[in-house]
Amino acid sequence: MADEAVCIGKAPTSESYLRMDRILQAVKDTGAQAVHPGYGFLSENTTFAAKLKEMGVEFIGPNSESIQAMGDKIESKRIAKKAAVNMIPGYDGVVEDMDHCVKLAKEIGYPVMIKASAGGGGKGMRVAYDEEEARTAFRLCTEEAKSSFGDDRMLIEKFVDNPRHIEVQVLCDRHGNALWLNERECSIQRRNQKVIEEAPSVYLDPGLRKEMGDQAVALAKAVGYDSAGTVEFLVDGKKNFYFLEMNTRLQVEHPITECITGIDIVHQMLRVAKGHTLLHHQSDIPVDGWSFECRVYAEDPFKNFGMPSIGRLSKYIEPAHIPNVRCDSGIQEGSEISIYYDAMICKLVSYGPDRESARETMITALDSYVIKGVTHNIPMLRDIMTEPRFVKGDITTNYLPEVFPDGFKGKQMSEVEMEQLVALACAIHETEQQNSTDFLNQNRLPVVKDAKSQWKMNVEVAGNATYPAMVVKDNNVFEVRVGENTYTVAGDLAFTSPLLDLVVNGQRRLLQFVEKGFGNYYKLRLFGTVFSLRVMDDFAAQLQQFMPEKKEVDLSTVILAPMPGMLKTVVVSVGDQVAEGQEVCVLEAMKMQNSLVAAKVSKVKKVNFKAGDTVNEGDAIVEFE
Amino acid sequence: MAALVRFCNRALQQNAVCRQILPLSATHWYSNEAGSMAHTLNVKQRIENTRQKALLGGGQRRIEAQHKKGKLTARERLNVLLDEGSFVEYDMFLEHDCADFGMEKEKYPGDSVVTGRGRINGRTVFIFSQDFTVFGGSLSGAHAKKVCKIMDQAILVGAPVIGLNDSGGARIQEGVESLAGYADIFQRNVMASGVVPQISLIMGPCAGGAVYSPALTDFTFMVKNTSYLFITGPDVVKSVTNEDVTQEELGGAKTHTTTSGVAHKAFEDDIDALLQLRDFFNFLPLSNEDASPVRRCDDPWDREVPGLDTVVPLETTAAYDIKDVVLGIVDNNEFFEIMPDYARNIVVGFARMDGRTVGVVGNQPKVAAGCLDINSSVKGARFVRFCDAFNIPIITFVDVPGFLPGTSQEYGGIIRHGAKLLYAFAEATVPKITVITRKAYGGAYDVMSSKHLRGDVNYAWPTAEVAVMGAKGAVSIIFRGSSNQGEQEAEYVEKFANPFPAAVRGFVDDIIEPRTTRMRINQDLVMLACKKQSNPWKKHANIPL
Repeated sequence: MADEAVCIGKAPTSESYLRMDRILQAVKDTGAQAVHPGYGFLSENTTFAAKLKEMGVEFIGPNSESIQAMGDKIESKRIAKKAAVNMIPGYDGVVEDMDHCVKLAKEIGYPVMIKASAGGGGKGMRVAYDEEEARTAFRLCTEEAKSSFGDDRMLIEKFVDNPRHIEVQVLCDRHGNALWLNERECSIQRRNQKVIEEAPSVYLDPGLRKEMGDQAVALAKAVGYDSAGTVEFLVDGKKNFYFLEMNTRLQVEHPITECITGIDIVHQMLRVAKGHTLLHHQSDIPVDGWSFECRVYAEDPFKNFGMPSIGRLSKYIEPAHIPNVRCDSGIQEGSEISIYYDAMICKLVSYGPDRESARETMITALDSYVIKGVTHNIPMLRDIMTEPRFVKGDITTNYLPEVFPDGFKGKQMSEVEMEQLVALACAIHETEQQNSTDFLNQNRLPVVKDAKSQWKMNVEVAGNATYPAMVVKDNNVFEVRVGENTYTVAGDLAFTSPLLDLVVNGQRRLLQFVEKGFGNYYKLRLFGTVFSLRVMDDFAAQLQQFMPEKKEVDLSTVILAPMPGMLKTVVVSVGDQVAEGQEVCVLEAMKMQNSLVAAKVSKVKKVNFKAGDTVNEGDAIVEFE
Repeated sequence: MAALVRFCNRALQQNAVCRQILPLSATHWYSNEAGSMAHTLNVKQRIENTRQKALLGGGQRRIEAQHKKGKLTARERLNVLLDEGSFVEYDMFLEHDCADFGMEKEKYPGDSVVTGRGRINGRTVFIFSQDFTVFGGSLSGAHAKKVCKIMDQAILVGAPVIGLNDSGGARIQEGVESLAGYADIFQRNVMASGVVPQISLIMGPCAGGAVYSPALTDFTFMVKNTSYLFITGPDVVKSVTNEDVTQEELGGAKTHTTTSGVAHKAFEDDIDALLQLRDFFNFLPLSNEDASPVRRCDDPWDREVPGLDTVVPLETTAAYDIKDVVLGIVDNNEFFEIMPDYARNIVVGFARMDGRTVGVVGNQPKVAAGCLDINSSVKGARFVRFCDAFNIPIITFVDVPGFLPGTSQEYGGIIRHGAKLLYAFAEATVPKITVITRKAYGGAYDVMSSKHLRGDVNYAWPTAEVAVMGAKGAVSIIFRGSSNQGEQEAEYVEKFANPFPAAVRGFVDDIIEPRTTRMRINQDLVMLACKKQSNPWKKHANIPL
């Protein structure tokens, strides 16, 4: 963590990280000579850069002119076109009317994207695959744009279907030198936010790499760029690439480029800001090995590939001890993941001489990463790492919805994997049982220990089946027979750490002991996903059939907060009649607004919160009759 | 052959007894040796038949009815709860002796309760399990006799008693005999109180006078949806007060674990309850003669808990979860909370420290700012007294803004009830370790296991503030009418909102880094294991009830 920290205000960003005056004051108070603005907040704010300049303090980033030029959608395209960068085919102006739209679409070639000039956040934006769709799309987009932005000017361009998102890192100095530091493949995204990145991309050959790199550098030079930056491209199925935009700051995913090039980008930014020339030449820049970055987020991957979650990190162990693993984070055990900031916990980076070894290292790192107290997306990251399409490198920006059409449902275990989990659970349970009778001071009435070395157990896997197992213990090695197969579980089963490094049938299995509940309940994390299990002896398992089914809460009679956040509005009150699908309230969490709707026609019985209230996940906001 | 003859002779000597038992048709057999052999075999057969009958309780049909209700039978429950093969049954042949209303024709061996002893994780426990399939589990003189027998023996050897309650109430046909039976049990409950732990698990109805036996025991647990506890059922309530109320609303698990505070915890179903009870039992010593149990522990005793350094928020008014503190400190994050849904402004429960059972009491800043009120005082007091009675060290986490003001509290007798917690802490002679995490204000500071109430080791975290009251209130009194309140508040905060005033007086022994709390407490517990302290002789003390 920091050598010296200055408090710049309260948690909400508008009272701290976006308060230029406070940051400038802190700069003054500490006598800082330069400011690195990081990724978000003021990193692309030219006013901030200008104010620093006034104070004689260096802004570690590009000059304001290039920030401004690249920040403007139309201006950046104009400059790019002039620099002979590949552009997405489209019309260079505003679409006049519906007929004009259809004519242009024909010229460009379907599919086309029709989007509002003032648009953003997916509003006023539609894809058309034929003329009829183009007409509908134009009409709807115009209407939406008018109501949302008060500006119905429309643009049209080719829609790149199933593209890859590949970006080129550039590094420039103030002496006219510019380098490209290879590409990063960032196609694994959800809601246009990157989840997993890798460098290099399996899709690029040296020729294409050079072509894209050269264009990126050409653009940087055209705009007079003088720091680290990123030129983003879309690459289609025929390896055509098109300019998307340029990010005039250090990117979150820069570590993977550092890994394969050996260049410390932040170090270079500092040198450039001081006025030094770049130390490298284009011919010095290698593609050396392979690197992955997983963005470990405090979010629930089971909901919409990731809904933000909050909480205190009650237990937190980064896998930084593993060779070739880098963890960039700003938190530690006990830190609070709050609703005020981006939900990212850590950038987990792995490196290896080739893609396969980097991927293996990432899997070990994800399995060894202990995070308790907040819901996190490691289950999904871990699952993607072994998913066949990902393993082959066959990915596009549509990867997540294509691979998980019904949403992410956790690791789908094969029968053998499930049996391994069962075997592990049996070994853990039996160890627990033995500890339970291992009293050190109960000697008045003797403690009679279980003399058996063989047990029948039944492991109930929540949401799955119950697996009968036969457990034999011999010299600290458990032999568990599940179904047709026998599994030997070896390794240290002491619960000194949540991470158990065990061997099942000769294969290493990193098992996390997430929680033990009273009544033989266990939560174990295997292959990234947490499984809820219950271990019972034969007798109890047979009686389980008589136990009443647990009643689920009828979700149609209540609106539960899907995540923690603040209620923006509650539009119903007690006694109101609501229609199915009618908006009941809007919940704002982190960067998103979520509209919560009634599941059926009903009458409002109770409203438990009002606008402005903070709610926790699972809170009943509105109850219906 | 010789052995068999000897046995037959003995049978002959006892023929006076046999005559009474054997059916008349058999009497002409034992006049010669062959007849005597047949008789012996006959008796053996009868024993076997009776055992089989006893094992079936009220019969297959009633067992099925019990299962249909989502409940297990008395014997199934015992077998889930106890270590495999450890149950030793008492009085399987005992029958009721009621001869009225045709009862003499309907007898079941063992009557409506199964009693005996067994082991849970290797340790002895005495147990009774009421059998709803026999006369609805109703309490006859015979039933009471069986229960009393195992209770007497439990006290004699010093082992806990667990009751699995599932009974429709008194055996009305027996009249006062049944009432006498209840009273006999009550008397034993009281005698056993503080001698051996007594646990009641309500797994079906428990109504009328019967409720007082669980009420007298140390812990009352319930099964959700299938168990009820009330003095009078909904029908009587309707006829007396004209209230419409369901069984579940009147005396279900939710009512008693959230509203009345009669029950200490509710479980999902029979199996969940019994398996959790096994885990719970492991925390308890067998009797007041035993030390708090120490189990093998893998969790390092000196483990640092870095998360605790930030658990108390920077804003002194912000809430946090005291359970984060508890779970961080105790072995393997295992905390068996007692009354988790009642008076949630205080948290009590069992955990282990380096293997040793401890009782944990903590104010909960997350609920009602962690203030002490009537319910939380009573909840805390009962728990502290249990720990003290059974040699379980008490660890107290203090973050208390004071007692809750207001008419409802004063009219409800907060003075009397608050005094219970004060009394309990003051009288306790077990090792007492206290950690002030943040606020320790006013009389509540004194109450919460302070140095002044014979706290053995009292720590303050750097965030601790020990004072008579918060800054605002204090300044408005000290500087009444002053216009300069802001500045004076700041002065007060500077002076009192830190651990120094208490530390310089020795009211806290040390100011410790939160991350070292587990290590410090474990060191203290080792030292305090040798603690010997006793209160003056008295017949019994007079806690303000």
